Amino acid sequence: MDHECARLLPAVCAVLADPGQPVADDTCLEKLLDWFKTVTEAESSLLLLQENPCLVELLSHVPKLQDVSARVLSFSLRLAGIFAAQEDCFQYLQQAELLPGLFGAAGPLGRAVWAVPTVRSGWIQGLRSLAQHPSALRFLADHGAVDTVFSLQGDASLFVASAAGQLLVHILALSMGGRAEGHTCPRDDDWPMCAQKIVGHIEESLCSTDTPRVTQALNALTTTFGRCQSPWTEVLWEQLSPLVARLLERDPVPAPHPLVDLLLCVARSPVLGSSDRGPWETAAQALSRLAPPQAGPLALGVLKLQLCPQALRTQAFGVLLQPLACVLKATSQGSGLPGLLDGTSEDSVVLDALLSSKSSCAGLLCRTLAHLEELQPLPQHPSPWPQAPLLRAVVTILRLCDGSAAPASSVGGRLCGTLVGCVRVQRAALDFLGTLSQGMGPQEQVTQVFAVLLECLERPDSSPTVLKKAFQATLRWLLSSARTPGCSGLGPHTALFLPELFPVLQKRLCSPCWEVRDSALEFLTHLSRHWGGQADFRHMLLESEVPELTRQLLQDPESYVRASAVTAMGELSSRGLHAAPTSPEHPEAQQSLLPEFLHILSADSEGFPRRAVMQVFTEWLRGGHADVARDTERFVATVLQVVSRDLDWEVRAQGLELALVFLGQTLGQPGPHCPYTVSLPKAAPPSPLAEALGALCRVRLFEFAFRALFDCDRPVAQKSCDLLLFLRDKTATYSSLWEAGGSPDSASVEAALQRWQAGEQDQLLGDLEPEAMLAALRSVDLEGLRGTLAQGSDHVEKSPQSLLQDMLATVGILQENQADCY
Amino acid sequence: MKIKKILSLSYCLSGHPTLPCNVLKFKSTTIMLDCGLDMTSTLNFLPLPLVQSPRLSSLPGWSLKDGNAFLDKELKECSGHVFVDSVPEFCLPETELIDLSTVDVILISNYHCMMALPYITEHTGFTGTVYATEPTVQIGRLLMEELVNFIERVPKAQSASLWKNKDVQRLLPSPLKDAVEVSTWRRCYTMQEVNSALSKIQLVGYSQKIELFGAVQVTPLSSGYALGSSNWIIQSHYEKVSYVSGSSLLTTHPQPMDQASLKNSDVLVLTGLTQIPTANPDGMVGEFCSNLALTVRNGGNVLVPCYPSGVIYDLLECLYQYIDSAGLSSVPLYFISPVANSSLEFSQIFAEWLCHNKQSKVYLPEPPFPHAELIQTNKLKHYPSIHGDFSNDFRQPCVVFTGHPSLRFGDVVHFMELWGKSSLNTVIFTEPDFSYLEALAPYQPLAMKCIYCPIDTRLNFIQVSKLLKEVQPLHVVCPEQYTQPPPAQPHRTDLAIDCQPPATSYRRAEVLTLPFKRRYEKIEIMPELADSLVPMEIKPGISLATVSAVLHTKDNKHVLQPPPRPAQPTSGKKRKRVSDDIPDCKVLKPLLSGSIPVEQFVQTLEKHGFSDIKVEDTAKGHIVLLQEAETLIQIEEDSTHIICDNDEMLRVRLRDLVLKFLQKF
Repeated sequence: MDHECARLLPAVCAVLADPGQPVADDTCLEKLLDWFKTVTEAESSLLLLQENPCLVELLSHVPKLQDVSARVLSFSLRLAGIFAAQEDCFQYLQQAELLPGLFGAAGPLGRAVWAVPTVRSGWIQGLRSLAQHPSALRFLADHGAVDTVFSLQGDASLFVASAAGQLLVHILALSMGGRAEGHTCPRDDDWPMCAQKIVGHIEESLCSTDTPRVTQALNALTTTFGRCQSPWTEVLWEQLSPLVARLLERDPVPAPHPLVDLLLCVARSPVLGSSDRGPWETAAQALSRLAPPQAGPLALGVLKLQLCPQALRTQAFGVLLQPLACVLKATSQGSGLPGLLDGTSEDSVVLDALLSSKSSCAGLLCRTLAHLEELQPLPQHPSPWPQAPLLRAVVTILRLCDGSAAPASSVGGRLCGTLVGCVRVQRAALDFLGTLSQGMGPQEQVTQVFAVLLECLERPDSSPTVLKKAFQATLRWLLSSARTPGCSGLGPHTALFLPELFPVLQKRLCSPCWEVRDSALEFLTHLSRHWGGQADFRHMLLESEVPELTRQLLQDPESYVRASAVTAMGELSSRGLHAAPTSPEHPEAQQSLLPEFLHILSADSEGFPRRAVMQVFTEWLRGGHADVARDTERFVATVLQVVSRDLDWEVRAQGLELALVFLGQTLGQPGPHCPYTVSLPKAAPPSPLAEALGALCRVRLFEFAFRALFDCDRPVAQKSCDLLLFLRDKTATYSSLWEAGGSPDSASVEAALQRWQAGEQDQLLGDLEPEAMLAALRSVDLEGLRGTLAQGSDHVEKSPQSLLQDMLATVGILQENQADCY
Repeated sequence: MKIKKILSLSYCLSGHPTLPCNVLKFKSTTIMLDCGLDMTSTLNFLPLPLVQSPRLSSLPGWSLKDGNAFLDKELKECSGHVFVDSVPEFCLPETELIDLSTVDVILISNYHCMMALPYITEHTGFTGTVYATEPTVQIGRLLMEELVNFIERVPKAQSASLWKNKDVQRLLPSPLKDAVEVSTWRRCYTMQEVNSALSKIQLVGYSQKIELFGAVQVTPLSSGYALGSSNWIIQSHYEKVSYVSGSSLLTTHPQPMDQASLKNSDVLVLTGLTQIPTANPDGMVGEFCSNLALTVRNGGNVLVPCYPSGVIYDLLECLYQYIDSAGLSSVPLYFISPVANSSLEFSQIFAEWLCHNKQSKVYLPEPPFPHAELIQTNKLKHYPSIHGDFSNDFRQPCVVFTGHPSLRFGDVVHFMELWGKSSLNTVIFTEPDFSYLEALAPYQPLAMKCIYCPIDTRLNFIQVSKLLKEVQPLHVVCPEQYTQPPPAQPHRTDLAIDCQPPATSYRRAEVLTLPFKRRYEKIEIMPELADSLVPMEIKPGISLATVSAVLHTKDNKHVLQPPPRPAQPTSGKKRKRVSDDIPDCKVLKPLLSGSIPVEQFVQTLEKHGFSDIKVEDTAKGHIVLLQEAETLIQIEEDSTHIICDNDEMLRVRLRDLVLKFLQKF
């Protein structure tokens, strides 16, 4: 602790110990505790207390106060815990007989203030910090703290109850900590008393008919097995697993969610999951006993395990597939379900869940689809993966949702009535359908998938969120279909699908709903990014009205749509697709978008379209777009000039990105130390340095970067600093040829920089020589600036001195106010 | 008063669930509920072109398979379909099922459901009153005026009747072969008949209570579907029938639907649900806008066949918001109808019938509908017909709203002929009343694009199910079409009414007996009679009194009056006259109540000297046998009999002993 803090501390302690003083807010106390934690990590707590007797006074005084504030009491409990974590300091506090007054029966336990949750929480957290050494365990046993913790497990405050559970597990782990590794004797033999007591309590709770108590026990066990991987946990599981299994025999099964969490936690434990004594039997029993909403997460968890008996994996996958199998069975003409749970019998429970109500049906299907979606990309997913039946199931669900399915059975009819128009299920099904694109499927099924996607995109009453998902799924299927082995170009499905897709896309671009226009534009952007070079795609796109409609959306009243239109047009333009060429002989004779984009950059009132324009411009510069390459210097100069006045910091930061790309192209690629990677067109070799510097001056890059260096928004200044450092490194050899301060202009530049730093940003530098700029560049302490910028803007305010001063100042101000009142 | 039976009948005169015409016989009144006109019959006729159409006039006549061409003047063939070349005719409601001159009142629920009114009021001997709200009457008049105008301005000399002969009709191709009741199809009414019919209407306001002959009270309630559209409550003191027709829960321009007043109905007659239950109106509006923009941007014209009122107001409002954002501000919108001007203006003056948002605009003051601004800024122009000013102002590409949605008459026929040949143009069907494929049949082959986005804001089955849960009627009565899924989608069980007990369904020309649970009548007691009553408490909270009175019934109201005092016996003649007029007033015996405790009764008998008494238990009570006197006393729950042979003295003695145990009043 530094001297200044040590000087302020007594006053702060005095304020805290004085019930008449208004206590600073909770965040101050939290910060104070954080600081003490940092201090005690670095130095001895004992020494700290000895050097600062005010702290001991505070800890002894506060519990004795009659009208102590709950916040200060809670703070003191936690502070004592932090100090007592070190055994020598614990002994010191014991000698001073402070700890019983705080944590024992004489402490706040029996007082009215105990009713405040903050105090109970502070008591638990204090003990949690304190319980680090054998002396602490003895202290806990002597003062009956464990019994109090048991009762706090059922506390009305969820935070207190949860912390109590955590503390219990911590005490158990601590008491077992002394056991030798690999020593796995049964509990009754020589487990410490404390551990036996806790385990006994957990056993009792597991046998209780009171569900909250069962939940507490299960949660405690989950935490134990999650945190401790010592051999004794194996003994513990062996002892308790029969009780857990017995829970599954009750009807209904109590606390199913915590039970699933426990089983999965045990299965994941390296000690238990790999042993024969693992939870496999219990998990198998749970899979068959639990209701579908709870069995699903357990099945998913089981399937995600690296090591697990194959029989259990098969059973789990069966549980996961059951709802889809039911849907297929209810809607298919034939009786069999080839590929998906052939000959399955026990599906009445699942069927009841599907048919009982709309919300139950939608909930079960959404969860199932989400679980399968999560499972599919994992390397340990079940193999063989039933791709074809799953595709059939998802297509059926989508058809049930849009009412186009024609199920033969009455159950199918009821399902249709339940699911029709259910947007939630539609979204989940489309997400999963997108994931399934990785596996493709039989030809006729792929055709069906494209048909159902097209219907979804075409339907007038598809909701905007469903449309977005449909666009995403369509894109994934289109891309997968083009990746089919042996397929060149677009692939057969895509070639058939695209002519039907473009009219839909056209219609969606004209939708009165802006979300739909936006999703359609995003879809178009992705599509052109992937297939912009494909002749068939280019032909179909240019034949359609899509490019023209997209261009019109640059004037859309909704800023998000304008931004997406800018991105889409930028992409189309990069590939020469932004409008049909006026004559087939001169495909380059398309109207340039550059003036239109520059107008958006300088005139659009919203930030999103301007940011989009800057991203497109950066890409254009990087990719050597024809409009840019025609006169790059003029392009960069114009853009930087417009951007420097922009009110949106992201636009200015993007301007620096563009400047960096230009810099890279002019001076050569930035080195690996620079966070930015720029791919330099091979056709443009770096020009000689003097010429390059001339170009930088002409586009006024120096001025732009210097101005950005003093930007009021830190990310912009940081980015500019990086850019100038790169520039300085690159020009080091060139600069050495000149004498420092050799240019008369550099003085005026430096003066201008000082004015900018002072906030006078409207000053112009005028036309200056590269030498003056370089001199100015050398004169700025860029490293120092980078260091300052790297610190948070509140680094001064975050210091402990500032915290202590603030706390005192608050009291002072309040006192002044009191004086005013009288 | 509990009465034995009231027969409430419902006669169904229309087979069209959204254009209903039912007659309700209820408590001695005969009430017609709506008189919708089924205009789908006109789809069998050739269009009436405003301007001579060489294509239509050169269509070949139709001849039978054997080459017999006797019908070729009446029937023409176009792209494989056969049409009647005559003035279009309409399918009227059933007129034979019930004598319509006995109908006391007609209740109209909305302007689409009154189009058959002139046929009923002018040609059936109807002498009653018609009740409707003001917007219903005014806009209904516009619809009728437009219809008459469309048909009368293209006079057609020819009237076809040969094909209607039953033997001939059998030989015709579908759909003519399957057309129902063709002999009853009638030409359109005249403006004179319209005016006469409308003069019989009495205007009513929402929640206004109208007494019908003292027996029934009818009340219109807002139904949320169109300007002035109503549902009706028909109730007596103990029965309530709700008539729900053409209602909407969506937030469009009309006042929201009043659901609460429909609660506690004995019977709820449910008609006028959405005709396109699978189409969501919001989605359809989006589809309408997208297709409109696509066509216009491409240089094509958009034709919207529509009625001159209703959904068009909402469409114009959507376009008002959409055209600017879609960069289509310069595209003119034309609304062509003989009543276009009146329709646009009427809509702005019925503020009290509009939804809250639109009502509040009136106080700003601003016109409630934004089409006023479209007109002001010259974006929307309206014309009575394509002749005159329109031809001077006409600029393409454009959007034209015009009638009639059947495409058989009106200015729309001209635009179909004009624009049908170009694939740049689009016709967008928004009215759900006609099958768009059938409407387009006489224009085939057609190059122009056709988009079907029917906008029907009436209740769908999900909303109906919620409504029924909310208002909980004891019985639901509805057209048979609503009780089963559509024939094309038999698995869509969600597209049918699901309620308990199951709805009673009806079809055209069917008579239903309405199921009522309560059968009571309210009777008033005159104050002086009430004064004379002496109630006796027989159980805590229940008092009884006997009443002797004269039941006086007049105008379906029942009153108990004091009985006339017994006339003084003066002269024989006079007395005779009195006894003629007044019902007999016999000397009243007191009414008895209570039960006879057998043991005590036996003890009493013994006290009074009877001996040798035996008691037998029977299924219904007891038999007390006085063996000596050879007498039986049979005591049951609701009767006591004393059976003794020829000993009147003994019987009277025993009777008095029995009466001691009973209360008298």
